[in-house]
Amino acid sequence: MSLLEFHQVSKTYGTGANEVHAVADIELEVDRGSLIAVMGPSGSGKSTLLTIAGSLEEPTSGEVFIDGESLQEMSHNDKARLRRRTVGYVFQEFNLLAGLTAVENVSLPLELDGVSAKKSRLAGMTVLEELGLADRATRYPDELSGGERQRVAIARAVIGGRHLLLADEPSGALDQANGEAVMRMLLSACKTGVAAVVVTHDAQLASWADRVVFLRDGRIVDQTVSPPSAESLLQAGPQS
Amino acid sequence: MSVKYALLGLLAEQPKYGHQLRQEFEEKTGDVWPLNVGQVYTTLQRLERDGLVESDEVDSEGPQKRFRITVAGERELADWLMTPFDLTVPPRDELVIKVLVALDIPGVDVRNVLQIHRRYVVELMQQWTRLKDDEGQYDFRLALVVDAELFRLDSVIRWLDAVDGRLKRRASETRAVSTDIPILRRRLAVRK
Repeated sequence: MSLLEFHQVSKTYGTGANEVHAVADIELEVDRGSLIAVMGPSGSGKSTLLTIAGSLEEPTSGEVFIDGESLQEMSHNDKARLRRRTVGYVFQEFNLLAGLTAVENVSLPLELDGVSAKKSRLAGMTVLEELGLADRATRYPDELSGGERQRVAIARAVIGGRHLLLADEPSGALDQANGEAVMRMLLSACKTGVAAVVVTHDAQLASWADRVVFLRDGRIVDQTVSPPSAESLLQAGPQS
Repeated sequence: MSVKYALLGLLAEQPKYGHQLRQEFEEKTGDVWPLNVGQVYTTLQRLERDGLVESDEVDSEGPQKRFRITVAGERELADWLMTPFDLTVPPRDELVIKVLVALDIPGVDVRNVLQIHRRYVVELMQQWTRLKDDEGQYDFRLALVVDAELFRLDSVIRWLDAVDGRLKRRASETRAVSTDIPILRRRLAVRK
């Protein structure tokens, strides 16, 4: 069973002549431990796909399953709980709260979920340590570099054992080295059993994924097949 | 062409044997460009003929010959490093030609042609990126070669995306033109 499943998912805005198909007939399965990249131009439906996966938006038709449970059959409260406990988001703009330190930002989701401040902070520190950010714990967002802010945002997204990570252009505002650091972090989160979906128009970032899905006009038109080992590249080089 | 200068570069450090040059060339290019011994010796012979390297008088027999760079060779190497090579003429790019040809063939969906190549290039990029995955074994020189390949392939993807965008805009403009004509005429009529 895949962690995230889309079956014939479509989302339509407007009616009649103004009808717009944001996504159409999406079939997608994402397993635990795997990183999937969704590539496509602006307006191809990438972000809609992500907001539906995170239960922030309802599909017009089709079904979405998370951990085998159908989102359609969930109550409003169930979905809110799912968003608090299972799903982590990473956005291009980091969205850290300026008045809180890194560790306070990271532990906030647990506190909002009713976990004591002390326990939340402890969990926050653990995640920051795991992701190599322990020395930044007491810094405020404006004391962190762009790359560090995004890594703190990823720590916040996986805290409390949340295992579906949804990232929308997570390194859009970062330079190459920091973008790479972000992708490495997403990969290491996946190695702990997290399933991640990253939407991006950047092929260099997408190439970190286990599978790349191509979206065009709201439809999945193609996807990569598992590539052969990287070693083959080293044997195939040109002769001059 | 760059083998010649790579060998001069290796000899600029100190005199070396032919087989040693081959081994160091491969190591220093991240093991990405294999080079055979024959190629090394023919290049060395040409360099020697042109007075850019000279071989040991003492030990001039067989494969054990040792080579050193001459003053002329050092000058040639310095010139090469400091002279940008010619980028003014666009290379004959098979993909660009393919897409230009596809535009005029009836019944061909150019966007499918673009997508087949996009997927292929992204799969290649995934392979190169996997080389980065294991940072511990990631050699500095190999990192530079991998970056170069990823940026080159990335530029192919960007071009494919740009073509897609242009095709889409052209299609919507063609539709718009047919409906815009009456409006344009009306405007012209007002001006009169």
